[in-house]
Amino acid sequence: MTKAMIIIGAGECGGRAALALRDLGFEGPVTLVGDEPHLPYERPPLSKEAMTGEAPVIKAITSDEILAERSIRHIHSVQAVAIDRAAHAVRLSDGSALPYDKLLLATGSLPRKLPMPGLGARCVYLRTYNDAQAIRAHLRAGNRVAIVGGGFIGLELAASARKLGADVTVVEAQPRILMRGVPAEIAEIIHKQHEAEGVTILAGQGISAIADDGAEVRITLAGGLEVVADLAIIGIGAVPVTTLAAEAGLSIDNGIAVDAELRTGDPDIFAAGDCCSFPLAVYGGRRVRLEAWRNAQEQGALAARNMLGAGEAHAAVPWFWSDQYGLTLQIAGLSDEGHSVVRRDLEDGAFILFHLAGDGRLVAASGIGPGNAVARDIRLAEMLIAKRATPAPEALGSQTVKLKSLLAA
Amino acid sequence: MSDWVEACDAEDIDEEDVMRFDHGGRTFAIYRSPDDEYFATDGLCSHEKVHLADGLVMDDIIECPKHNGRFNYKTGAARGAPVCVNLRTYPVKLDAGKVLIQIG
Ligand SMILES: Cc1cc2nc3c(=O)[nH]c(=O)nc-3n(C[C@H](O)[C@H](O)[C@H](O)COP(=O)(O)OP(=O)(O)OC[C@H]3O[C@@H](n4cnc5c(N)ncnc54)[C@H](O)[C@@H]3O)c2cc1C
Ligand code: FES
Repeated sequence: MTKAMIIIGAGECGGRAALALRDLGFEGPVTLVGDEPHLPYERPPLSKEAMTGEAPVIKAITSDEILAERSIRHIHSVQAVAIDRAAHAVRLSDGSALPYDKLLLATGSLPRKLPMPGLGARCVYLRTYNDAQAIRAHLRAGNRVAIVGGGFIGLELAASARKLGADVTVVEAQPRILMRGVPAEIAEIIHKQHEAEGVTILAGQGISAIADDGAEVRITLAGGLEVVADLAIIGIGAVPVTTLAAEAGLSIDNGIAVDAELRTGDPDIFAAGDCCSFPLAVYGGRRVRLEAWRNAQEQGALAARNMLGAGEAHAAVPWFWSDQYGLTLQIAGLSDEGHSVVRRDLEDGAFILFHLAGDGRLVAASGIGPGNAVARDIRLAEMLIAKRATPAPEALGSQTVKLKSLLAA
Repeated sequence: MSDWVEACDAEDIDEEDVMRFDHGGRTFAIYRSPDDEYFATDGLCSHEKVHLADGLVMDDIIECPKHNGRFNYKTGAARGAPVCVNLRTYPVKLDAGKVLIQIG
């Protein structure tokens, strides 16, 4: 009997999973259901290149031709509204029902809403291509843009808005930008770069009130300072999309909870990408949820293998990048696992911080520099982390010792 | 077809490494494999036009520095997300300690 595979969520993860099922030779029906009107596309450009071009360009990860050729049915603009686990069927917003043998939830995440009154038409969030189009229309010389939240998406947007000549103010409640997951030394480089480019950063000040009259947004900070903008973009993190899973009785723990094979409590239902929390093997099975592009790809592919019965455990090291102006930041591993830090300087002012655990194990590496200056060493560090290596701190800190040589050791 | 161009000294590239070579407004990547053979491909990743020479060489794979797209540099074949378009490859020969590539 041929099995039917259904994937809910046609984003990075769902799209990759559908293609992976075919790459693996699966010949039964594959259906990809997404509530956006587009083909699966890349989100990272939405705060970067897509914002600075004439009009945002959508960067699809596949095409209608490829989907047709590979017999992948893509149902777009339709939401999955319920999972009937007993009947093994998914109910869709157009009233139809799709039977499944294995189901993958790749529902992603959505921007965290700012929980306060006063927000209106000039207060926006960025997650989708349609959001990007709406924001892009406001980014031009002379326009005042307030960014609420000094996280990656907010800061990338700040850089893009500056490139287009807008006046930009970033408001961050925490004492500094990039509080979560980025070492202070690196956040400071990024902070200075933004200031050099003319961005005003107001950190350590919560918002006490927002007033949006449809033409202008007035943001009052706890200290009394007022920021007035033509557009406020709110980037204060993301929350996993879990309603469908929760209503089907699946367990939720900071995301749809899955095991190392990305399986939920129901053996026929998997979850992957931004929407799931899973045990991270490199850190002894600590449960995490990642909001990262490569993770979405890797987990999409892993879920596909496991839907076909591979029984393979997740083993990858988290990896993330961000581009702002000419600077690129890359992080392998989670730096909060580290107890001590070793710095390695590279050319052109680039550097890498290696984070070591108490037992000497390399657990993370964060690097920043112009262009791709840190890429190679971060990639090697990632391999060292995966090997659970305990490299000598002196070797990590010395530019003359090649990281590749540590890998062979 | 005698458009062989001298790119660098053979010793300029470490084993299992890559070097950028620009010529006539184009950019190439030249590789030295772990078994000491030389290869050449287009210099830019087919995903977002990034210089592959900043990437990492492992066996017969070059990994793009930007988003870790992978290619087999011996054949130019794209090896997995996010890259799906192959790289063009170019013939390479060694002559008196120099690496020459044929750019057609
Ligand atoms: C502006 C921006 C910039 C980013 N930049 C970077 C970066 O530089 N580096 C990096 O590593 N990561 C970056 N990311 C994060 C990265 O894009 C995400 O980690 C990745 O998109 C997650 O993929 P996913 O498939 O899990 O979720 P998503 O891409 O969110 O896809 C989920 C899809 O499922 C749909 N969906 C949800 N529920 C249903 C339902 N019930 N029925 C039908 N469809 C449904 C959603 O509408 C969505 O289309 C960025 C994200 C954004 C928004
Ligand atoms: S630019 Fe090479 S993988 Fe994206």
